Formats: sequence, C-alpha cells, structure tokens
Amino acid sequence: MTPILRIQGLEKSYTPGKPVLRGINLEIAAEGITAVIGPSGTGKSTLLRCINRLVEPSAGAIWMGDVNLAGLRGRSLRAARRRIGMVFQEYNLVERLSVMENVLTGRLGYVPLWRAWLRKYPPADIERAFTLLDAVGLPDQTTRRADALSGGQRQRVGIARALMQSPALLLADEPTSSLDPKTAVEVMELMARLTGEVGVPVIVNMHNVELARRFANRIIGMTGGEVVFDGPPEALEDHHLHQIYGGEGWL
Amino acid sequence: MSATRVWVRHNLGERLLRYTLWLAMVASLVWAIRSIEIIPEFLADAPEQMADLLIRMWPPDLAHYYPSVHAAMIETLHIASLGTLLGVALALPVALLAARNICRNAALNTLAQLILVSSRSVNSLVWALIFVAVFGPGPAAGTFAIAFRSVGFVGKLLAEAVEESTPGPLEALEASGAPWGHRMLKGVWPQVQPAFWGVALFRWDINVRESAVLGLVGAGGIGVVLDDAINFFQWQRVATILLAILVVVLIAEVLVTRVRARLL
Repeated sequence: MTPILRIQGLEKSYTPGKPVLRGINLEIAAEGITAVIGPSGTGKSTLLRCINRLVEPSAGAIWMGDVNLAGLRGRSLRAARRRIGMVFQEYNLVERLSVMENVLTGRLGYVPLWRAWLRKYPPADIERAFTLLDAVGLPDQTTRRADALSGGQRQRVGIARALMQSPALLLADEPTSSLDPKTAVEVMELMARLTGEVGVPVIVNMHNVELARRFANRIIGMTGGEVVFDGPPEALEDHHLHQIYGGEGWL
Repeated sequence: MSATRVWVRHNLGERLLRYTLWLAMVASLVWAIRSIEIIPEFLADAPEQMADLLIRMWPPDLAHYYPSVHAAMIETLHIASLGTLLGVALALPVALLAARNICRNAALNTLAQLILVSSRSVNSLVWALIFVAVFGPGPAAGTFAIAFRSVGFVGKLLAEAVEESTPGPLEALEASGAPWGHRMLKGVWPQVQPAFWGVALFRWDINVRESAVLGLVGAGGIGVVLDDAINFFQWQRVATILLAILVVVLIAEVLVTRVRARLL
C-alpha cells in the first residue's frame, strides 16, 4: 500500500540556531492511527502543523501523493488543505455560531463566498452534516451555540467539522488533553471508529501513553526534535519511555 | 528567633517616581488655572446675564416647533444616520488594515492608523467647514462631515475588537482550506459582531448630538434654525430648539443603551 505521507528531512527552527525539528523522516501509511508521543515542547505540535502548513517548515519535503506540501502556495495550498482535516486541543470552534454552522465550516474550502454569507449551503452538505452530527452523538444539539456545549461535546463537533471535509488524512493535535479521562477515552473511541469506517488515516499527538497504546497501531516517540522510537504499541517498553521522557521515578 | 522582615510596596526608585509624577500633576494644574484668564468684571455680572437670558427664553415658543423646527430636527436625524452608515462602511476596510492579526504588513498598519488618527483629530465642525466648501451649504456637507469624523472612532474600536478575537477558530478555518474572505466571514465576523453593533450604535448616538451643531457652520440640520433664532434674538424660539435637541438626545441615549445591553 502506498503511504499517504512521506516526510523527508523535515526541519523547523522558529529562531535560527534553535531547531525544534531536526531532520524528521517518516512514512505514514494510508490507514490506521499513528500516535506521536513525547514531552512538551519537543516538536510534536510543530510536526503536525508543518504538514498542513499552519507552520512553515524550514527545510525538507512532505510528499502527499506526488505533491510536496512544503512547497505549495495560495490556491494549490488551499486545495491540499481541503484534503487534510484537523482536530485541535482547544477545539477551535467559532463560539458564537451554532453547532450546525460550525460543522458546515468544514466545507468552506468548497462553498462559494455568497453561499456561506447567505447560509445557503448546498443541500447535500447539510444532509451530510446531519449524518455526521448523528454519528458523533449530537443529533439534538444542531441549533445550540457552540459556546453552550461541554468540552466533550465541543470536541465531537470538532471531529464532525474535520470529517465534513471528507479528508484523505486527519491530524489531531492533543485532541483529548483538555478533557477528563472518561470523556477522553470516549472521544478517542469515536475518532477511531469514524475514521476507521471511512478508512481515513490519523496522526494524533498525545501526552497520555496509555491512551496511545490503546488506540494507535503505530507509536512514534519524539524527544528533542528527533524520532527516537517508531513501532507498534506492543514494542514500546519502559526503556523506550525512559529514553523519550527521561527519568524513571514516574514509570 | 528570626528578625522581623519588613514588606514595602515600592522601592526607593518607584517612590521617587511617584512623588515626581504627583508634583508634575500639581504643577500643571496650577499652570493651567493661571492661564485661563478669568475676567473678574464678566464673572461678577454673570448671574445677572444668565438670569436675563433665561427670562427672555421663558416661556419657550412651543408653537414654533412645528413645522420649521420639526423639519430641521428630522434633517438632523437623517444627517446623523446617513453619516453613521457611510462612516461605518468606510471604517470597515480601514479597521481590517489596522488590525495586526489580519493585515501582516506593518506599512499598511501604519497607514491605516494614520487615516484613523487624522479622522479623529479633526473636529466635526472643521470637517463640516471643509465639506461646505466642497458641496456648498446644506445637509450633504453635514452628512460627509459626520461620516469622516466617525471613521476614526469606529475604525479604531473595530480594529481593537478584531485584534482581540481569538486566533483558534481562524486557524481551524485556515487548516480546512478556506479562502481569505470565508475566513473573515465565518472566523472573524462572528467574534466581532457584538462589538461592531455596539460601536455603530454608540457612534450614532454621538452623531445625533454632533449633527445638532453642524448647522452653525451651514452644514444643515437643526443648527441652522438655532443659528437663525440666535441671530434674530428670538430667545423663546431658541429655548424651543434647545428643548427639542435635549429630548431627542435623551431618547437616542435611552434607545442605544437598551439595545447595547441586549447585544453584549
């Protein structure tokens, strides 16, 4: 199976001489969940944001099919972004818009401006939004405002919005870090199930090693801007965690 | 066992700075009072003069209100409303250029700030004088004066609201491949909408008051009638006009306060 993403020699430094990513080389398969774990400030988030170019890579290439995402600009960058969904730690919903409209913003890359302005979204999009809201378990919340929802509900809307793009790849940046343990598991289960059903590969950043073990079929351990572990969850042992996070007392 | 530790709010440098600032304030107050040159003779007979003026004004010539004062009052409201509308329309693009999180070009930011500051630094009456020269006397000059004075006020407050909007939703829309216009419409506008209506209404309220005096320089509205009445020493009519302005300003104030309370 051809990989969905081939990352070659990816580097990023926000200030010259202080690299956050030091030459990342990865291939991401076109299915399954890949969890990226590592201590805070180690470049997990930067790695994810380089893929959809919310952060500009300093060097290297990110191949999605035969397109190098790192070299795109303007219209072609937007076209590539439409195929990459993203779920955020702080949900990043538009607070004052309804749940329905938040989900529909996932189509803004396709819908003409006048339609978005007059809220005349194509009927097929609205139908799909209803289906997704059913799927994430919020069928009765369509007309509520996003700021009236609980954290778990907001992240469900976030997932529905990302899937609304019909993405070829889903990026999730600490999607459960702001949620309580029970809700975190529920949200991960939901994300795993919905992406599994449509065969969308997921790259997810996590703090929680147990959650990563439970849901991912591949774990990438990062420390100091480099990949130090790459393998299935079964292969991740204490000495790897020691290498990734340092120290031992917490294990 | 341990020595009593002393906690002081300010260190020596901070205390010195505070005393200096107090001294500077008192000095400038004294300087200001010495420079306003109160003429004792005028002050002495002021109560007499005021009483005389009020007696001439009483009773207000209410019969004079309709139709001439009424028509001028309606014209004033039209000037205020149209001027606000035009001002807000002009302020929108300038506000976007001034907001540093939307327009990343520092030169354009500065240009927009310059436009906003120049609009505000020129008083409505001076704008009116300029537009009377352009359009001739009449409500057109007043409308444009109000609009150009409003741009700075509305634009500045709007730019601040835009800069205070949370970047997260905008980032999410950008990540989904939404073009610039879509991001503004669905990412920024919902966030600044309450501030926008609040600012626009507040400015309309101010403009109702400001357009009442524009007539003094011939830019239409109730000020023209007021100026005429004063020039002809028709003090009872002047009283009627002042009363009418007071009532309208009060109504506008109450109206705007109520609507804003619901918005925010």
